[in-house]
Amino acid sequence: MKRDYAIDIRHLSRVEGHANIHITVREGQLVESQWAVVETPRFFEVMLKGMSAERVPFLTSRICGICSISHALASIRALERAMNITPPLAAKQTRLLAMQGETLQSHALHLFFLIAPDFAGTSSVLPLMQSHPDLVRAGLQLKELGNEISSITAGRCTHPVSLVVGGISKAPDKQRLQQLRTMIVERKPSLEIACSFFSSLVMPNFSRETEFISLRNAASYPSIGGRLVSTDGIDREENDYLLMTNEYTREFSTSKFTRLSRNSSVSGALARFNNNHDLLHPNAQKAAEQLGLRPICHNPFMNNIAQLVECIHILEEAEELVNSLLNMDLREIKTPYSPKAGAATGAVEAPRGILYHSMETDAAGKVTKADCVIPTTQNNGNIHSDLRALARQALEEGKDDRETAKLCEMLVRSYDPCISCSVH
Amino acid sequence: MGEKITQQGVPFERLKIASFDFTCCEGCQLQLTNRESSLPDFLGLLDVRNFREISSERHDDYDIALIEGSISRPDEVERLLKIRKQAKILVAFGTCACFGGVNNLKNNHSIQNLIDEVYPGMAIETLPVRKISDLVKVDLSIPGCPVDKGEVERVMVSLVTGSRVTLPKYPVCVECKAQLTTCLFELGEICLGPLTRAGCNAICTSGNTPCLGCRGPAEEINMAAFFELVKERGLSLDDLHEKLACYNAFEPFPSHEA
Repeated sequence: MKRDYAIDIRHLSRVEGHANIHITVREGQLVESQWAVVETPRFFEVMLKGMSAERVPFLTSRICGICSISHALASIRALERAMNITPPLAAKQTRLLAMQGETLQSHALHLFFLIAPDFAGTSSVLPLMQSHPDLVRAGLQLKELGNEISSITAGRCTHPVSLVVGGISKAPDKQRLQQLRTMIVERKPSLEIACSFFSSLVMPNFSRETEFISLRNAASYPSIGGRLVSTDGIDREENDYLLMTNEYTREFSTSKFTRLSRNSSVSGALARFNNNHDLLHPNAQKAAEQLGLRPICHNPFMNNIAQLVECIHILEEAEELVNSLLNMDLREIKTPYSPKAGAATGAVEAPRGILYHSMETDAAGKVTKADCVIPTTQNNGNIHSDLRALARQALEEGKDDRETAKLCEMLVRSYDPCISCSVH
Repeated sequence: MGEKITQQGVPFERLKIASFDFTCCEGCQLQLTNRESSLPDFLGLLDVRNFREISSERHDDYDIALIEGSISRPDEVERLLKIRKQAKILVAFGTCACFGGVNNLKNNHSIQNLIDEVYPGMAIETLPVRKISDLVKVDLSIPGCPVDKGEVERVMVSLVTGSRVTLPKYPVCVECKAQLTTCLFELGEICLGPLTRAGCNAICTSGNTPCLGCRGPAEEINMAAFFELVKERGLSLDDLHEKLACYNAFEPFPSHEA
């Protein structure tokens, strides 16, 4: 086995955005390990200054191509809280359904396009279309369902059109909602195919104790708004997001870092599961048990499994939301408002974890200050620390440089990083 | 991989394609994986040589390069020039690539101010945002924020069959009227539909929100008359300017200052 080597992965593939992995081993000892985000900054927080509140969700949704609905809704929530606007119930339910669609689409993309190839030993999903046609079909069926949910509720799956401050600009069409209800039921078997594939996989044996942060509500698995909680016992209200994030920068990364009770923390599906497993649908709880996922799980590779468990929850939750919208009068969808000065934070559970938007407005409703803290920024420090621990463990286990490189790539992908987002 | 294969008995050459992202949200590339029901057929047209977002295979023997995003750092300029040398057809893919897109709003601020606000005290490399055609020759443009997958499919079929690639010349209003959507001007809202190239199926106005012009100008638009219309109706010029600036897509029209 080589005792001196360097792993230098530039622009890691099968992740959203640009980042590098550097590992140096000399005389069998780990001397350097770095996860470096090199994405080009876009400066959204400065672009938002002076923009009218009405236009804000249009711009913030463009922070991310995968979780644009979460960004639109985080800023809408911040602005509505800042200007004391209460959206009508029909709009609230429609938004919750839009979130379910986005998370399903994002998780399906990650599970089937981005990480399944690692476990099947291929470079992409393309060869799997021949070798695992049922699995890929199941993945596409779930991803399509997610996009369909988002299109019906938000007008478009990427960069929503009808999510606006005060409510929604157009109600979902009841006929399409009825078709959607059928589609959800018909696609549940795709989840079984996915579960049987993922339960046959062995996730790498690696754990490093850390702090998991998510939203939590008394009533339901978290989505839009709630308390900010951590597995280290922190429990704060939404406007206290700065105390939860404590952002800092390091020279080698254009994504910032956050910390709470420890040097690093985790946000995302595994964090939501660790803090809210009691609120999952019973079918999702049962699947978690069968897939070997138990709280509090400290193995970052199990984030993949947590996403799959969430997909099961989402189909059940979406079915209920569709039913409730079908039984609702959808004429009252937007609360009229007058712009006013204010400041507030909006937190949502984006597919990859808590997303905070904080907005300040002037009397004309124009943004005077904006701050966005992204899930991948909140995972940045933990990825960095896990990478070091994993590289050390691989050395101790006598793995060679190729095996170690593959494990490191898989570790980063397990976090499902959204790197463009993190360098907004 | 790029050899002639047959589908429904018709021989064709798959497109040796690569997809690259620059300063952007990667939402346009994501559209390549959407429209799942036609995805296997769509991918059947392509020989994917390089597409980092979904594949670990990296080959430099592509003919067609999709460029997503605008350019805002020196290393991006270098990467783009290298891609231009290889690509036979370079496609500006999406609004950021075609016009600068929302990223262009950054150019209203000085570079120092941007860094001081977001990365105080840190050495950050960043340039004013430029569209792709500011730096290299663009052979084909597919606008949209995000691109419309149906349009992307049509363009790819045209490329496979060697037929002419065209985009609608008429404005969004044509598609909007066809859907019997109430005109937003009638509801007292400024909408850029009369100025903007169709092809999106009027997706924003059908969601009851104004068109912000992500697909850029339609052919033969009358900007001066549009400004007059806004004034006549007593609508806000500030609102009009905010909307026109969203994607930087109308930048070459001097009547901005009207």
